[in-house]
Amino acid sequence: MRYLPLTSSDRAEMLAAIGAPSIDALFADVPEPARLQGPLDLPRAMGEIEVERAISSMAARNVAAGSVPFFIGAGVYRHHIPAAVDHLIQRGEFLTSYTPYQPEIAQGTLQYLFEFQTQVALLTGMEVANASLYDGATACVEAVMMAGRITGRRKAVLSGQLHPHYREVCETYARFVGFAVDAQHPIPGGEDLAALVDRDTSCVVVQNPDFFGEVRDYSELAQRCHEAGTLLVIVVTEILSLGAIRAPGEMGADIVAAEGQSLGNALNFGGPHVGLFATRDKFVRQMPGRLVGQTTDAAGRRGWVLTLSTREQHIRREKATSNICTNSGLCSLAFTIHLALLGETGLKRLACLNHAAAVKLAERIEAVPGVRLVNRAFFNEFAVRLPRPASEVVDRLAERGILAGVPASRFYPSRNELADLLLVAATELTTDADIDRLEGGLREMLS
Amino acid sequence: MNDWSRAVSARRGDDLAPPIDSVTGNRGLQIEEALIFEQDSPGHCGVDLPEPAPFRSRLGGLERQGPIGLPGISEPQIVRHFTRLSQKNYAIDTGLYPLGSCTMKHNPRLNEKLARLPGFADIHPLQPVKTVPGALALIDTLAHWLKTLTGLPAIALSPAAGAHGELCGIMAIRAALEARGDRRARVLVPESAHGTNPATAAACGYAVDPIPADETGRVDRAALEAKLGTDVAALMLTNPNTCGLFEREMIDIAAAVHAAGAFFYCDGANFNAIVGRVRPADLGIDCMHLNLHKTFSTPHGGGGPGSGPVALAASLAPYAPLPWIVHGSDGLELIEHKSGPAEHSLGRLKGFHGQMGMFVRALAYMMSHGSDGLRQVAEDAVLNANYLRARLADDLSLPFPGVCMHEVLFDDRFLKDTGVTTLDFAKALIDEGYHPMTMYFPLIVHGAMLIEPTETESKALLDWFISVMKRLAAVARAGDAARFRSAPEFTPRHRLDETAAARKPVLRWRPEPARREAAD
Repeated sequence: MRYLPLTSSDRAEMLAAIGAPSIDALFADVPEPARLQGPLDLPRAMGEIEVERAISSMAARNVAAGSVPFFIGAGVYRHHIPAAVDHLIQRGEFLTSYTPYQPEIAQGTLQYLFEFQTQVALLTGMEVANASLYDGATACVEAVMMAGRITGRRKAVLSGQLHPHYREVCETYARFVGFAVDAQHPIPGGEDLAALVDRDTSCVVVQNPDFFGEVRDYSELAQRCHEAGTLLVIVVTEILSLGAIRAPGEMGADIVAAEGQSLGNALNFGGPHVGLFATRDKFVRQMPGRLVGQTTDAAGRRGWVLTLSTREQHIRREKATSNICTNSGLCSLAFTIHLALLGETGLKRLACLNHAAAVKLAERIEAVPGVRLVNRAFFNEFAVRLPRPASEVVDRLAERGILAGVPASRFYPSRNELADLLLVAATELTTDADIDRLEGGLREMLS
Repeated sequence: MNDWSRAVSARRGDDLAPPIDSVTGNRGLQIEEALIFEQDSPGHCGVDLPEPAPFRSRLGGLERQGPIGLPGISEPQIVRHFTRLSQKNYAIDTGLYPLGSCTMKHNPRLNEKLARLPGFADIHPLQPVKTVPGALALIDTLAHWLKTLTGLPAIALSPAAGAHGELCGIMAIRAALEARGDRRARVLVPESAHGTNPATAAACGYAVDPIPADETGRVDRAALEAKLGTDVAALMLTNPNTCGLFEREMIDIAAAVHAAGAFFYCDGANFNAIVGRVRPADLGIDCMHLNLHKTFSTPHGGGGPGSGPVALAASLAPYAPLPWIVHGSDGLELIEHKSGPAEHSLGRLKGFHGQMGMFVRALAYMMSHGSDGLRQVAEDAVLNANYLRARLADDLSLPFPGVCMHEVLFDDRFLKDTGVTTLDFAKALIDEGYHPMTMYFPLIVHGAMLIEPTETESKALLDWFISVMKRLAAVARAGDAARFRSAPEFTPRHRLDETAAARKPVLRWRPEPARREAAD
């Protein structure tokens, strides 16, 4: 077997050195009834050629986004990833290293995580960011739990325009961890969240752009939350939007929980992605996840270490701020490299291209009879109402090789009032020809 | 001493000429690399993007004003920056990485190639299900392998890492208890457990009740049984445990746990020791997470992403988190809501469908080995660890007698009165070209050194490593503590001041202090 270096003579010599008569002797502690006598009923070893053939044939049965006009977003966005990103993250020194617990031989990982933390803080307009969490949805629930620790209150008010998966993750944790969630109904339009804040409200969670793509100013909500001693959590599922719209920090957010997939990370059928988490300096000791800090070495030179680990499970055990151990290291590296390549001007240009593509798309499909744009303001994704159930339209267009967007009913199958709602996204990869195909398809289907 | 270790020790001799002062701060391949923020060349960009055609903004007047503060750098500088950073890392690709309990084994590159196929990497989780039958088939095939290997009938694939899998498992246990109207307050966790175990139990609202180890390094069964009662929700036990030992009484422990009406959670972080040789279900467990980034070789990536599927007994399967993939009349179906067969699901634990990129890698790994090869994986991992144990037994100190599984635990008695600590010893190992073992864990032995070589190391490499360990132990006994305390010397940085880092945290770059520092 190509991955196993020991030869049979090695094995014999090693058993002799150990003084064991056979390999079975090393498994003698396994109770008799649990010892398997031979290989399980699974395929036997295969060479690269056979494995590649078998797995490639599964991949070939899927419709890759890049092969069709593609307008799906709803929390995962298809962007161009510069070639240098994937090359660099595959360097073995990054790919095959562990969590940087031995800082003298992990300065590479530690330094890029410090750069990542800085980039996330700058993008979100916050003071401090951690070294990533699993994904946006888990970052969101970690924010809610952190708000509970800070305020000593147990109820989170969730906007109806929060991504439904994020809401559902909060509801799951709420049940088992023991906090309350007051989740609003999804209504593409306004809601008065401040009116729901009471003395037991730890935080209000909103999303920007919201699940239906609407770009909102939460400054006033932030102020009203703060007057009530409640924290404002702003969720961002399209991190690229922060190259174009006002940062959550400027709007008064106390915690930002975001999905960073759009920078450097492929769609990957939904994972792995990278959770971003930023807050104010004063809350840093309540943060979940790993943090990299600057320090000096014995020779007085600047260097980096994991720090404030007294918050973490491997030190604090049952008193930790979170049970999280692994994060999204390599995905955060991809994020860091992509954003470093873009820089200030590239990020703003890329965000502008996304918005321009979405504006063009909106103008074209708004003009299709029966289609009504829901949004007042949007970034690269918006919602439209169709004269027919959106899921039907999406399925029929998929048959014609167009992936038109996400019907809201995928998330809310029992809400009839959302049955005609379709989420549509455009990015820098959306071409005029793609838009022509979607517009044409919609005209044909809705006429 | 062999030739090789003589060469290494000669490097430290006083007969070497002292180095001249560095002009650049760089020494050979040790290059000082500034932060990207200190390499800003405003206006530069590493990506060429077209100018957008004129359009009417629809941002509702919420345009971002002013600079964000991101540096501008061209592509060649970026490639060099991150390449240089990579060279400051130790990695499996560069050497033995014997971190106990972390399973740093070779990461096959075929797996990387396959995970990047557009049919997996470039598909969206919300595409119409009919456009992704191959993705569902891959997930279902992976599930079949994991169910067969564990012997458990169901598998929850969405957890993003081992700790997330633990959370999933304990939530499922609590859901099952609640479904039978049974509120319980305590979770039993051995003192040798990973920190994630007590953290997980506490996060799910349980009081953590620690169980001591017996004199053989295994859970103290009498103490365990004394603590079992009708308010115990679960036992969380790692097997093989974190001392690298198989819990011989697993089957009896399972019976006792079940007799008390509790569930048996097994931490599967060390499944690599028994994969293909033991099905955990045959030991009586109800629930176990699998770290795909340990047993099944998906890369650790400097700390993630991981993937932590949870195998579930029939009693827990109805509570598995969303989404579910089930065999329907029309092929595989994706269930994304609490309805139909998933009516009692505990709900969603993360966005979308799990770590697909890791699923592809793990399946490629399992198919490459096959059921015969996976059994060989466990055998070679255990053989390598026992070889280290046997060859180092007289030089280091073993806290527990007998054979070990995939990792071998030493304590610091062999360093008694030398003035050298476990930490010093680990740092000295770095200077000899090796990543240290896991230090000070598990907590139940003093100055723990937990060594896990994995099955992907050759005998020749292990022999080198053994000679270095023996030599270091001899140097320590000979009284050269200073050498240990100053280690590591041949690294991009010497020991770092972690206390200062925590006292006054600097967690991001800021323009002003950095400029001052540059001027210094």
